[in-house]
Amino acid sequence: MSQFDASATASAVELAPAPPGRRRATRRAGGDRPRRARRTSVFWLSAPLILIAVTVVVLPWTGLLHDPHQQDLGNPLAPPAVLSGGEWSHPLGTDKLGQDVLARLVEGGRLTLLIGLVGALVAIGPGTLVGVLAGYCRGWVDVVVSRVIDAQLALPFILIALAVIASQGSSLPILFLVLALTGWAPCARVTRSVAMTVRERQFVLGLRAAGASEVRIVLRHVVPNLAGTIVALGTLQVGTAILVESALSFLGLGIVPPDISWGAMLASGQDVLSRAWWVAAFPGLAITVVVLLVNLLGDALLTHHDPRKRRR
Amino acid sequence: MANTLEQGTAAGSGRRPGTPPGDGGTGPVLEITDLVIEHRRERSREMFRAVDGVSLAIGAGETVGVVGESGSGKTTLAMAATGLGATGSGGLRLLGRDLRALRSRELRALRPEVQVVFQDPHGSLDPRQSVRSGLRELRGLQPERTSWIDDEALLEQVRLAPELLDRYPHQLSGGQAQRVCIARALVMRPRLIVADEPTSGLDVSVQADVLELLRASQRTAGASMLFISHDLAVVRSICQQVHVMFRGKVVESGPVDQVFTDPQDPYTRRLIEAMPGARWRARR
Amino acid sequence: MTQELQAPLAGSPPVAPSDRSAPAAQSPAPSGRGAERARRILLRVGGALVTLLIAVTIAFALGRMSGDPTSTILGPMASPEQREALRAELGLDQPLIVQYLEYLRGIVTGDLGTSLQFYQSNTQMIADRLPYTLQLVGAGMLLAVLVGVPLGVLAATREGTWWDRGASALALLGQSVPVFWLGMMLVLLFAVKLDLLPAGQSGSPQHLVLPALTMALYPMAHIARLTRATMSEVLREPFIDAARARGLATRQVVWRHGFGNAALPVLTIVVLQTGTLLSGAVAVEYVYSWPGLGQLALQAIQFRDFPLVQAIVVFGAITFVLLNQLVDVLHALIDPRLR
Repeated sequence: MSQFDASATASAVELAPAPPGRRRATRRAGGDRPRRARRTSVFWLSAPLILIAVTVVVLPWTGLLHDPHQQDLGNPLAPPAVLSGGEWSHPLGTDKLGQDVLARLVEGGRLTLLIGLVGALVAIGPGTLVGVLAGYCRGWVDVVVSRVIDAQLALPFILIALAVIASQGSSLPILFLVLALTGWAPCARVTRSVAMTVRERQFVLGLRAAGASEVRIVLRHVVPNLAGTIVALGTLQVGTAILVESALSFLGLGIVPPDISWGAMLASGQDVLSRAWWVAAFPGLAITVVVLLVNLLGDALLTHHDPRKRRR
Repeated sequence: MANTLEQGTAAGSGRRPGTPPGDGGTGPVLEITDLVIEHRRERSREMFRAVDGVSLAIGAGETVGVVGESGSGKTTLAMAATGLGATGSGGLRLLGRDLRALRSRELRALRPEVQVVFQDPHGSLDPRQSVRSGLRELRGLQPERTSWIDDEALLEQVRLAPELLDRYPHQLSGGQAQRVCIARALVMRPRLIVADEPTSGLDVSVQADVLELLRASQRTAGASMLFISHDLAVVRSICQQVHVMFRGKVVESGPVDQVFTDPQDPYTRRLIEAMPGARWRARR
Repeated sequence: MTQELQAPLAGSPPVAPSDRSAPAAQSPAPSGRGAERARRILLRVGGALVTLLIAVTIAFALGRMSGDPTSTILGPMASPEQREALRAELGLDQPLIVQYLEYLRGIVTGDLGTSLQFYQSNTQMIADRLPYTLQLVGAGMLLAVLVGVPLGVLAATREGTWWDRGASALALLGQSVPVFWLGMMLVLLFAVKLDLLPAGQSGSPQHLVLPALTMALYPMAHIARLTRATMSEVLREPFIDAARARGLATRQVVWRHGFGNAALPVLTIVVLQTGTLLSGAVAVEYVYSWPGLGQLALQAIQFRDFPLVQAIVVFGAITFVLLNQLVDVLHALIDPRLR
């Protein structure tokens, strides 16, 4: 029991670090100044993400890019345009099959972002359900669910992923299954603890006194009060899903050619690393930037909705 | 002020749609005999008796106070009385019915008869619901019970402007929020109101107002009240009967005036002596 | 206090009640408290065993999910008779429940089955590869603590300054970089371009530098963030001001009183992260061709060697549960408020 508690507290603290300067602002001025500051930071973090998403969706339609699958074996491993020997027809160079890295980066971004979004949804959905159920019902349901969460977290997740993929082959649905399997438990753990605090709020007792059923209280009151936390967790999960996808694709077990994702591009860049760093460097950079933005956004949202900090 | 309020509700108090048949309204609304409730401590996992052999009865229209310092088991007792918390062992009858013998559906049907007003008004309101939508939800839950009054009139009863209907809890002051909580309790036409330290979370300046409102509305609605407080002066001003609790046990009980002028138990005596202006009040 | 410290370690009921300052209202007899504590320890160990059982069962189910191993081994052209013979040899002709019980018995006795690929005892192979992975995890964790903790403390003591922002950004960046990509970039920079360090294989201490650096980044970021969060809480406590008021040097206040109180969550996360690192090792070992458990797991998966995959998963689960228990013991040893 306490092993669970220990890790839960640890991650609760770690999940909600105060962003720099926020505390001081709260101290200095009450009112809604910090709230507004957080709202601005949420805006400034989502804006580039939305820009990236719009770019990868719209850019292929403009006809400015090469066909990402078009091979040009006469021009393999061409360096980026700014380097000597590079040409502006391939701004970020080409890979070993002469395919345009920029076009592939945009095309791969579509799939990677899609996997991030769907992967987060499939993890958050069941995770929230189970977490709310355990946190609200307590009793034996909670005991059982907590045990299963513990067990799930005790399994080395990459191995689960690998085992599932090894047995079922790699495809998009299997990838989502793996993301759901590996992502639900941390989410369930957090929603469980938040649901437990909401459950202890007095308005729940008041509603019960008014004759409200438990199902109604959960659906109409507990879940809406968790919504902020769930959105924040979901945002962080997008980053995790992108990282997991890239790791699996890198090991050849996620997205495989001819499909393009950033992870798959990394895999194809590994064996030419010493001759053409750009093939692997750009998709890795893209992953890092997107995941960093997503993590920053998730952090900002989580602090924003942290029930412990919002109570007063 | 109080006059207009009483007139305002006199018209509505004739009918009691929620009254269950069979109890005739003559017996005690709440009857607790030898109640024992044990909690398990979080850290040490030892059992400890929060309520230890408490007996009390509340008649129709009566206001009974329970006084004690924090940790004396007052709140546990209150939650047991509503059927919302742990019920422990011993007699626990609400409107003549044994709370423990009820099935969950029957219990839910009985619950609107008891409404609770808590210490922290903001914790008692869902932060995501405006006053109006909160009331709408209550009306949806108990359509017949709550049809006797509309939202505007209800808010007027608790002396709140109708504009506040569209506010969210964080836009209300503590006093306003507590009035909303009282309104939410009143709309159910309960037979018993359990008020658990209803004023101690409020600014001193609004405490008296809220208290007066609680007393007036309880009287006009004809409900009984179980009033939990650590503040003896408040209990004295509002209750007819009082029970003094200390470490889970009732050490003294009786009519308010008797307990306050002639306390028998040393603990009660200490409490009364510690009241501000106690001497002066006693002489009056 | 010393009695309390020994109790969880020994795993047996303590002899006498301690003189805790817990409120002693209606406290039971002293012997009751000792029995209570023994019960609690039993409950915790029991809970850990249940967790382990669930994890091991999931691993078993995954093994069954991976399809018919006979076609993997014998190829698609094998005759039905050959398949039957192999099934009998592997014990797959038994009812599922018998297989499951046999599998549990094996785990208890330390027998994790035989690899389809190498015809060797899985336990033995894991034992052979483990030292390499431990080297990597140990060096990575050491580096993570040595960098992460000072970084977190630095950020917490200069909260709101550019130091804080820089450290926090660095930590967040560390959690956003794909580990294997970082590995590739390190190889590119230090092995290919600068030719300072070897790019792969193992052997000398120099071989350890890049993989350990790669391994360290994620836990380092995690530790730095957690240290900052807990430290900034602790530094706001009144006793810190009191210590300052007594005229203690800032460094002493920060490290002895501040970090002393923040150390427990940090230590917890260090132990738990060690478990996570074991599975993080897969990608890093792949990038650096490091002959550890991760490589073994990858080989097993590529060959669909399900007994070996299962064995590694079970081994990982046992390690993780043991580390969790270690966290409990550490809490009991360090936190004077607990128990």
